[in-house]
Amino acid sequence: MSTEARAEHFPAVDWEGGAFPYRVGHRKLGMWLFIVSDSLTFSALLIGYAYLRASNVWPTPFPFYPSIVFSSVMTFCLLSSSLTMVFGVSASSRGDKAGARKWIFATIFFGVTFIVLHLIEWNHLISEGMRPFYLPEHWVKVFTTTDGVPPSPLFGATFFTITGLHMFHVASGAVYLLVVALRVNKLKHEDIEISGLYWHFVDLVWMFVFPLIYIMSVDVGGHLAR
Amino acid sequence: MSEHAHVEEHFAGTNKLFVSIWVWLLVLTLIEIFLAYRPMPIHFMLTILLGLSIIKAALIMAYFMHLKFERLSLIITLVPALVICICLLFVFFPDSFRSAGLRYKFKETPPVAPAPAEEP
Repeated sequence: MSTEARAEHFPAVDWEGGAFPYRVGHRKLGMWLFIVSDSLTFSALLIGYAYLRASNVWPTPFPFYPSIVFSSVMTFCLLSSSLTMVFGVSASSRGDKAGARKWIFATIFFGVTFIVLHLIEWNHLISEGMRPFYLPEHWVKVFTTTDGVPPSPLFGATFFTITGLHMFHVASGAVYLLVVALRVNKLKHEDIEISGLYWHFVDLVWMFVFPLIYIMSVDVGGHLAR
Repeated sequence: MSEHAHVEEHFAGTNKLFVSIWVWLLVLTLIEIFLAYRPMPIHFMLTILLGLSIIKAALIMAYFMHLKFERLSLIITLVPALVICICLLFVFFPDSFRSAGLRYKFKETPPVAPAPAEEP
């Protein structure tokens, strides 16, 4: 019987010990606490980005193609990976381990596709001359204000840090899920559910990174294309 | 019940529900991309995008991460503390606006101090 199922059988008063006040096992609670702390890491980074953006002239250089097209397809991949993951957890709850493994492999496929697309997108920007601490020369020319204030060179630093840390989370998640998929017969349902929690969290973070980093940096007037 | 007997775990939510959540998330993402190309003040854009992101995050947490089906005590332990900590991080913003004011040059020449009155 899993920890969760056992938890349901404890009629003791919640806060007198020996009970499961949250009705979840300690590993699942641990993953939730990790998710809370990691949310704060990403929040701090995104707020740091907003701080810099509000206090500087900020370039908005992303064209529809490749940046927005790639990032939208990447969003689609991550959302779909969350759906396949939830199907995997659902299959595992019915005791269908083979089904769970199949869906987890589908999740890994979408995760790896996300990373590949993201690296191609990074490569576009790097080949254009964007670096963590300086901007391509033509971006500086286009986005310098009429008062002669140049755009902040920290655009690249915030972009590469935030998307890079997120990509690292996706990559670690893919390895984690691979281990779970290969050992699915030995693992309990709760373990598979916990790996799902981590994966959905990675998807959740992207729901903030995508609009704040990509959508807010669209070159609406096509300044760079001119 | 033997140790190896199959135990069905409780996992609320049907596949149909999960697909409908996925469709909603995709629709909200399409709205965001559409908004990117609408000319509007950056404050409006930021407010709308953050609003949509919070809705998307809530859908993912509630249904995909199954929080809606967990015990209320778990939700109350996790969510308010996180929200309050994130809100506290916004304490830095007045400084951000202050440094923006320091950085930009004034277009107009600063007013000249009046000449001291001549002594009789």
